[in-house]
Amino acid sequence: MKLTALPKGETARISKIASADPALEAKLREIGFSEGDEVEVAHHGPIGGRPICTRLNQTLIALRMEEAAAISVEPAK
Amino acid sequence: MTTARLALVGAPNCGKSTLFNGLTGGRAKVANYPGATVETRSGRFRTTPGRDVELIDLPGIYGLTPRSMDERVAVDMLTGKTPGEAAPDLLLILIDASNIRTHLHSVLQLRAIGKPMIVSLNMIDLAERDGLKLDVGKLEQRLGVPVVTSRATRKAGREALLSRLDDVLGADLPEAQPAQQASLKDLQREARAIARDVTIAEPVLNRLTREVDRYVLHPVAGLAILFSLLFLMFQAVFSWSGAPMDAIDGGAIALGEWVRAILPEGWLQSLIVDGVIAGVGSVVIFLPQILILFAFILILEASGYMARAAFLMDELMMKVGLNGRAFIPLLSSFACAIPGIMAARVIDSERDRLTTIMIAPLMTCSARLPVYTLIIAAFIPRDMVGPFNLQGLVMFGLYIAGIASAVTVAFVLKRTLTKGQTQPLIMELPTYKLPDPRDFAIGLWMRASAFLKRAGTIILATSILLWFLASYPASASTLRETFAGRIGGLLETIVAPIGFNLEISIALIPGMAAREVAVSALGTVYAVQNAEDNTEGLAMVLQSAWSLPTAFAFLAWYVFAPQCFATLATIRRETNSWKWTGFAFAYLMGLAYVAAGLVYHVSSALMQAG
Repeated sequence: MKLTALPKGETARISKIASADPALEAKLREIGFSEGDEVEVAHHGPIGGRPICTRLNQTLIALRMEEAAAISVEPAK
Repeated sequence: MTTARLALVGAPNCGKSTLFNGLTGGRAKVANYPGATVETRSGRFRTTPGRDVELIDLPGIYGLTPRSMDERVAVDMLTGKTPGEAAPDLLLILIDASNIRTHLHSVLQLRAIGKPMIVSLNMIDLAERDGLKLDVGKLEQRLGVPVVTSRATRKAGREALLSRLDDVLGADLPEAQPAQQASLKDLQREARAIARDVTIAEPVLNRLTREVDRYVLHPVAGLAILFSLLFLMFQAVFSWSGAPMDAIDGGAIALGEWVRAILPEGWLQSLIVDGVIAGVGSVVIFLPQILILFAFILILEASGYMARAAFLMDELMMKVGLNGRAFIPLLSSFACAIPGIMAARVIDSERDRLTTIMIAPLMTCSARLPVYTLIIAAFIPRDMVGPFNLQGLVMFGLYIAGIASAVTVAFVLKRTLTKGQTQPLIMELPTYKLPDPRDFAIGLWMRASAFLKRAGTIILATSILLWFLASYPASASTLRETFAGRIGGLLETIVAPIGFNLEISIALIPGMAAREVAVSALGTVYAVQNAEDNTEGLAMVLQSAWSLPTAFAFLAWYVFAPQCFATLATIRRETNSWKWTGFAFAYLMGLAYVAAGLVYHVSSALMQAG
């Protein structure tokens, strides 16, 4: 499932990072998203739940939905 | 031996500028949000055995593919593409120690530059407090470059780095050998394997940050906190500054009386009392307000709150057509539009950056405080409305007017001149930190001294010049017959329809240099006119000299008018375009004229009806 569908407070494992826009994929990787890492949706923005704030290891990273959609996750074991 | 050039490289907000300041004694801006540094800066220091090093502080980068202007500045410097600057000899890579896992791949990526490197795991104290245990020796072995730990804020925390640096510089720097570049994905995999290997215990996300964010990023409470903070800031500027301002005002009047008593009546007495003291004094009085405003902004910037504010506002900003990251430059513009315009460099999209630059001058900068405060003190009663000070409320309203116009202009621009795709938001939210008292004091001092320096130079000079123009020729019996009156009269024909009188017309001309100059100019013009009776502050004088609609029109004018050379020069430099600079000037002047005219005529009509 897409990271955008992950409910708030839940943690999942990143299974794939892919986007039609290679620059977006590179940027996500450079800031630290990587297959195999655990990611949690820590906060939702105040208007329509957008954007989202994810916790990736010890970092909080804010993403808009368009960016979060490039990240696929699967439930952590 | 020539001085080695050492470049500070690393992800945004890992402490590069703090380390730079610590090593070189520099005063680079430090703040707790990604993108505080947007330009390069260099300084010198000496290692303990006496080796000279030139240190170059760079904007933060996540990789070697620049997307925004600040990243391009950094990558150009690293690759030797900055005109007139040689590439650095050595890279000092700073990594936030609590995020080795996510940021280690940048070390691997930077091998591609082919320069010797030394890695420092910074903020090691905070990472260890949060539970990190690390085998530094093993990390060094795996990376094949020297690795030290550091705590940039403390002298003792920089010692290991300094001594290691000296070793590295003492050895012959190896020939540059650009490494082959693997794909980002492979680098990540390699970095993860190394991180796993050297980490004995992983830290957890800082507990304080988690707790505070439960409220600060809460969809409802978070917005309430954001607006309360802004409201508190503007109320404080107004209500905490009363006593020190009265003291400065009283001091200026007493000083004038004293000079009048010891100097014989004549041109020299008039120059000092009506020119210098009335002009400079009428601006210096606002120092307390400016300090309170800057204190708030410095604390917000240092605490880690700014990026949260940007997160909360992102969706609204997107509706206007802007990126949430534009919120930080815009909030900085409350202090001054110039750093705000430069801070827009962090915005990826060139069109979004342009839009942000175009609207930054609409945010109420601290130089408008003297203008607003003066008029409000003269025309708005000091009543309380519930728990709020009415004068503070009017001030808040003027800030809101600026924000609302900025939003409207952005909305229109994004649908016309700067049309384009909305850009991504990918932004790190830093852990909260207590503002460092030394950085806070330096930041406040730099602002205060810049303000006083301007009062002692531009404002002093225009006060003297204006005193002369408003006092001569000696045959003049009214202000209109003086040189200043004749020059102001030309402008008056244009601004009379919006309710401005001759004195305002005169003050607007030197006021082009900076907004607060208009206040000092009014101070001088009225002091020369009322030379016999200068025992009242400027606010009292205006109260009897101006009609209420004129005062309101003057306020409306200053919400928009781009009366600041330095801002226009910065727009020119940052856009590299006279066209955009001219556009900003023309549209802001146009809005100022229309708004002042509307306010003048509507309030005149209301007063007649009432």
